[in-house]
Amino acid sequence: MDFTAEQVERYSRHILLQDVGVEGQERINKGKVLVIGAGGLGSPVLLYLAAAGVGTIGIIDGDEVDLSNLQRQVIHSTPTIGMPKVLSAKETMNRLNPDVCVVTYHELFTVGNAFDIIKEYDFVIDGTDSFPVKFLINDACVMAKKPFSHGGILRFDGQTLTYLPGTACYRCVFHGPPPSNAVPTCSQAGVLGAIAGMLGTIQAAEALKFLTGTGELLTNRLLTFNAKTMNFRTVKLKHNANCPVCGEHPAIAELVEAEQAVCELKKKS
Amino acid sequence: MGRIKVNDEVQEVSLPMTLAELMTVNKVLQPDMLSIQLNGEFVEKESYAATTVKEGDEVDFLYFMGGGL
Repeated sequence: MDFTAEQVERYSRHILLQDVGVEGQERINKGKVLVIGAGGLGSPVLLYLAAAGVGTIGIIDGDEVDLSNLQRQVIHSTPTIGMPKVLSAKETMNRLNPDVCVVTYHELFTVGNAFDIIKEYDFVIDGTDSFPVKFLINDACVMAKKPFSHGGILRFDGQTLTYLPGTACYRCVFHGPPPSNAVPTCSQAGVLGAIAGMLGTIQAAEALKFLTGTGELLTNRLLTFNAKTMNFRTVKLKHNANCPVCGEHPAIAELVEAEQAVCELKKKS
Repeated sequence: MGRIKVNDEVQEVSLPMTLAELMTVNKVLQPDMLSIQLNGEFVEKESYAATTVKEGDEVDFLYFMGGGL
């Protein structure tokens, strides 16, 4: 890949990095990343991946921009209220960096489309708030041997882990979604908007590290933080032999559509 | 009394104590939201009441966090 003078200038701060350089930037420009959910986590992820020049960025989200989203979903803006989130996000990304090819899927991520969509990408990012979809992303990525980043936020807390084939997966930690009445979602419990930015930018950094082969990914580790104390903690994880999807006797052999515990916010809109 | 670590912080608790009791001591309101590692190994939920904690053990309470949008 030959960079134009404009691209050399645009990506100069990456190219200057010893661990990235021209070669790493080329890998970024050839990279394909899928972001599931163009919301609180998806917004910073999509902005930083577009700014970095990731060649193809897929966005899947079936929702439209709502006024209550704008407290944290910084890729959208007041004039795009009512617009499909995938298109609102694409507009912002195209303005930020016309180099990037943005592929939009204005639909839900389901058992029916999961494998077909993720096979087009090198790395997948979970930015959804649906518990069943979080597990569906995990299962599809484990079965398709696709690297992905899990992210979750609530109130003042966030957590994330990165999966590579063979490392501890999300189900190694949490076997399945808790009962829907047990767990508050962001729309019920609230979330500090900036938390989404803190966690999403960590996920974006993991994607860029993966594409460039730089550093150590958050594999076999769960990073958790609390913004009230600003304590960050990395918990070592071991692959769980009893994991229902990647353990020794997996109970889950194919993708299953779990009952949907939809975010309260969505029910209202 | 004995000393254990919960999420990297030292706690003085009366040992022996089960993981289920340790959850109560730590005011875990929603046990369904929790996964537990004992000395780096996951413990199945069904075993919380039967698993005892010993002096010097390290326990990780990992909370399910489902938000994102």
